Amino acid sequence: MASLAMYPDDERLAGAARAAFNLYMITAVVLFVLMMLIGLTMRMAQATWLNVPPALFYELLSMHGAGMVGTMSLATTAVMWFFLRKYVRLRLWAFVTNYVLFLLGALCVVLSIFSGGYGALWTFLYPLPIHGMGMWTPGSSALFMVGNLLIGVGSLLFYLDAAAGIIEVHGNLGRALGLQWLLGGTIDPDHPKAVVAGTMVIISNSLGILAGAVALVMSLVNILYPEVVLDALVAKNLIYWFGHQYINATIYMGVIAVYELLPRYTGRPYPISRPFLWSWAVSTVFVITVFPHHLLMDFAQPRWLAITGQLVSWGAGFPVFLVTAYGALTNLYRSDIRWTMPSRLLILSMFGWAAGIVPAILDGTIRNNLVMHNTQWVPGHFHFYLLIGVLSMVLALMFHVIGRRAHAPPNSRADKLGFPVYLMGGLVFVFAFLDAGHLSVPRRMAEHLPAWTFTDKIGSIGAMLVVLAMLYFTIRIMAGLLKAPSAGSAGVGIADAAG
Amino acid sequence: MIVQDVVWTIALAGMGLIALGFIHVIVQAGRPADETAAARSVHTAHTLQAWLFVVLLVGFIAGSWATLHRFPIPPQHGALDAKQVVDVAGRMWSWQITPATVRTGSAVEFRVTSGDVNHGFALYAPDGRIVTQTQAMPGYTNKLLHTFDRPGTYTVQCLEYCGIGHAPMTTTFQVVAPEGE
Repeated sequence: MASLAMYPDDERLAGAARAAFNLYMITAVVLFVLMMLIGLTMRMAQATWLNVPPALFYELLSMHGAGMVGTMSLATTAVMWFFLRKYVRLRLWAFVTNYVLFLLGALCVVLSIFSGGYGALWTFLYPLPIHGMGMWTPGSSALFMVGNLLIGVGSLLFYLDAAAGIIEVHGNLGRALGLQWLLGGTIDPDHPKAVVAGTMVIISNSLGILAGAVALVMSLVNILYPEVVLDALVAKNLIYWFGHQYINATIYMGVIAVYELLPRYTGRPYPISRPFLWSWAVSTVFVITVFPHHLLMDFAQPRWLAITGQLVSWGAGFPVFLVTAYGALTNLYRSDIRWTMPSRLLILSMFGWAAGIVPAILDGTIRNNLVMHNTQWVPGHFHFYLLIGVLSMVLALMFHVIGRRAHAPPNSRADKLGFPVYLMGGLVFVFAFLDAGHLSVPRRMAEHLPAWTFTDKIGSIGAMLVVLAMLYFTIRIMAGLLKAPSAGSAGVGIADAAG
Repeated sequence: MIVQDVVWTIALAGMGLIALGFIHVIVQAGRPADETAAARSVHTAHTLQAWLFVVLLVGFIAGSWATLHRFPIPPQHGALDAKQVVDVAGRMWSWQITPATVRTGSAVEFRVTSGDVNHGFALYAPDGRIVTQTQAMPGYTNKLLHTFDRPGTYTVQCLEYCGIGHAPMTTTFQVVAPEGE
């Protein structure tokens, strides 16, 4: 069971580990702000408050999508690493190599977009990358693919190292997932939730990354040898199998922060249970099999795949509502919680995930998808659980870590002001998207009809508030992480010094 | 009844219920329960969880049956026997639709494909809301079946990002009342 000590000794970081953690988190918050500014620019362009030429808009859209997905993965990888290393041996070189490959990959992506004009979005949907029509060249598409491959290789390396560490301790991934306790037996109360969640991510996202690698290499072959024609439907299945699992893995890595930190703030144990193990076991299957809901409007897809997409989308709500969010609320109910930045963000993250999944489930219903697919309903629901859900998980850990130096979680006046700005801005931002989807406003469009700009303007205002709050969070977190270790704490790692 | 309005209402209700649940718990937090009350709370929480599971399960079964027992996508292999057939081909960045006029009251089969990249064939009613859609994918023909109940000028809008000309990739489509009406 996770410790109830606010800053346990086994979370101390030292030397290179401290530097690596700092690099991950500082890079992540800076990139989040930059990607948010790009997002704000696009919303203001749709609102006709800014003049952004379509070619630039789609470059920004490609950058925002690839940048946000990559950064969210980078940040939540650090969350998983931070906690998992307490329970299994993780090799620092694998963690650092992932960071280096991410930077190299990100450099390729940035160059492909802003130097090569690449604008086929982060989904690189075949065969668009070879049809730049003067906006981008096949070479820039190839560079984008190489960048994604580097980022994927880094993630896979980290997962392989984590898998090795977990297997060393637990024997195999099934036992780490707790499958031996699903139908009976006494559950080991010390079996770490971080190991269960980490194992699930390793299984599902490794498959996703491999699918993505196949799609990327196939696309590269097509770019280099255009006479090699791919099957568009197969390519789309591979891309969404990869994309869905890659972004979903960020939620499941991020939620480890909730499992580990929430009981410390409520002062109440958050024990592992059979429903918890069941929820992670079925979530593993669901995350791997739910991707056909991205292809519900591809009628050539076999019918059983579309039905699977809908049923699994609905089923995915069970573990979130019944176990994760419900468990967090049970832990919070009538507890002696101390409301500080980390605890506020932890509870907000649970709300973002649980509430955001409602419009996602509705969109995963074939009948609804016929009128909601590729409208702004889609960014509405995924921003709900990524911005309000996952980013809050990451921020909660960052604020928790910077509180270590003062031996007290951050709770300054500015923090108390920044939190509601972030919350209100986030809600206005996502509800503007959802309402636009309800009104049939398309997503991914540089030019909007006058009838569509009202929700764009509301969304822009929400985005401004989010950016404002995030700018403050970034400065606060960077200052906290970069503070020198306090006197007398020689040998104490960054997490100790970082507050 | 417009599907989007139903979806919007259900979404707001669902998210509202979740928000109320969070607010209820947050209001209680910070007022720690004594040992007896804590034990009672745990028992109540387990009972509520079991009921929530039952409610979700019933909703899952009933909802799946209601939305899938008449499968909303027509069979793709074999004839659909629709009285009206429209061939649709998307190409960067225009639509070729033959014929461009159909009648209300009887099913229209749209045979949708693409000559280059993926496009999204979405039909917007005169009031600006989507009535139906499918993907236009190179190498495949998706069959979409729709019966129009309101005449007017419908707009076809590409809904799958397809490059710099994506937003202007639009055309109009006429739906008229049957002859004699």
